[in-house]
Amino acid sequence: MRKGYLQIGILCLVLVLIDLVSASFGKTYYLTQLTMSLYYSLVVLGLVLLMGYAGQISLGHAGFFAIGGYTTAVLSTYNLMKYKDAAVVKMFSKAGLLNLREDLYGAEILSFHPWVGIVLSLAIAAAVAYIIGIPVLKLKGHYLAMATLGFGIIVYRIVLGTPLFGEADGVSDVPPFNILPGLSISGEMDERRINYYIASFFVVVMVYILINLINSRVGRALKAIHGAEDAAESAGVDTANYKLKVFILSAIVAALAGAFLTHFNGGIGPSEASVMKSVRYVAIVAAGGMASVWGGLTMAMLLNFLSLRGYFGSYDDAVFGAVLIVIMLFAPEGILRINPLKILRMSIKKS
Amino acid sequence: MALLTVEGLNMSFGGLRAVKDVSFTVAEGSIKALIGPNGAGKTTLFNLISGYLKPKSGVIVFDGREIQGMPPHQIASFGIARTFQHIRLFPGMTVLENVMVGLHTHTRSGFISGMLRLPASRREERFIREQAMEVLEMIGIEELANKEATSLAYGQQRIVELARALAQKPKLLLLDEPAAGLNIRETAAIGRFIEQIRDQGITVFIVEHDMSLVMEISDEVMVLSYGEKIAEDKPLAIQKNEEVIKVYLGEEEDVEN
Repeated sequence: MRKGYLQIGILCLVLVLIDLVSASFGKTYYLTQLTMSLYYSLVVLGLVLLMGYAGQISLGHAGFFAIGGYTTAVLSTYNLMKYKDAAVVKMFSKAGLLNLREDLYGAEILSFHPWVGIVLSLAIAAAVAYIIGIPVLKLKGHYLAMATLGFGIIVYRIVLGTPLFGEADGVSDVPPFNILPGLSISGEMDERRINYYIASFFVVVMVYILINLINSRVGRALKAIHGAEDAAESAGVDTANYKLKVFILSAIVAALAGAFLTHFNGGIGPSEASVMKSVRYVAIVAAGGMASVWGGLTMAMLLNFLSLRGYFGSYDDAVFGAVLIVIMLFAPEGILRINPLKILRMSIKKS
Repeated sequence: MALLTVEGLNMSFGGLRAVKDVSFTVAEGSIKALIGPNGAGKTTLFNLISGYLKPKSGVIVFDGREIQGMPPHQIASFGIARTFQHIRLFPGMTVLENVMVGLHTHTRSGFISGMLRLPASRREERFIREQAMEVLEMIGIEELANKEATSLAYGQQRIVELARALAQKPKLLLLDEPAAGLNIRETAAIGRFIEQIRDQGITVFIVEHDMSLVMEISDEVMVLSYGEKIAEDKPLAIQKNEEVIKVYLGEEEDVEN
């Protein structure tokens, strides 16, 4: 436990160091991709808990990310101006749920405040996770992977085929999200640095929560479910309930990341809901060593950053597919647990 | 006083009737053994009592409460703990952590208090650790506390599984072949240990193939054959029971066939 908190301290230092180093090299524009990577890391951390610790695979978490992103995107951009005299809209307005602003051309836009969007994002993601989780989590292994994959595909096709969600174009002109006075999640140039720290803050909080949970009664129960479900059940662990709760928790985290990133980017497109995005998250969790908060976080930052900077070119998705294959074949314990000495010794023994 | 009463229990898999109209009681504070040839339905009976299988018909009353058809975790919370024929320890967890899971039903902190490490959860965590350590000390394996459970020798793994079950502070302990794979010395040790458990007031219901162990420690023995109860008596009487001898040694016609 102490060790965990020490590591969180080190994480904070590293995050600050990254900012200072990129500033001193005159590469502050890196912070944009780093901020995005941090939000993607949230999804990965949620999956580390679900897959690595509780042993339940999900190939549909891009779906939850998209549910979060699209919910807040639509609510904060849908113009209610033409309904402004309707009783319901007036009621919302009185309750302080609405936000009046002007677009680039000076037209008035009356839409929901991002707070409403975020809260509803999480609520909808939780509700969807609950509804699909009950039947789906009865499945195990490959069957669970297939079922969650199916869920991911459904979300993707809905997003792609619904005019409200902008079909192939997605939703753009999503306004910044004012968290506190003077502090907002936005992609404005001059708020780049503060946004990097906002995202860092969320990641640090997430890591703190995860480390606490993993070392708690619930965390042990989740690990027990992963290791020997029937024995966990006979020790009194309500395995169905715990699996459902951890699934919902990871879905909420993915939706939160999706909502935040949408406000940061000022929009969201259907590619965020695509199956390849889900595969990418799973590949990163595997590369990090499955049941490893630090491995998952490191890999999420590294691989997402490289991908977002365009290092993988048009082979982006292919790279993540390859990562998954290579990890499964050569390093099922994750990249960070590869022990060069051991490999050397083994190859010497063989020869 | 009967802690466990089973009445008219039936179970079938497809056309196979694995448990046929079985009725018996387990007296509080006793050691009862369940024996029978392979495929007699012993493990099926255990799975019915502990909730892994739902009986086709029949009643199981534990501690004054009907439990048939309830999920295993709920039955565990009423005070029935079990071990498995094939050892089921949690990999990637230490011996102590394995035993700590045994205290699940006696503690309650959930996701939120765990995530935020609220004072109540921290207090409970200390309680769990102390209690688990106490169980390890009682069994005399405290020096293994921080070893990874699944890396231990087979005999030690059996003991850890037993420790996890005891950490549940059960009223009834179901042991599915606790001596399987153990050598003579280990078997004798586990026999003494089961008697100690009984002397602490925990009722033990045990499936075991090792006859000398069964005859030595049991207060009562029940024999199953093809899903039917064919005898239930004191160990000495069971040894002389002709029906039982027939089941175990076969009849003459059987040998000729």
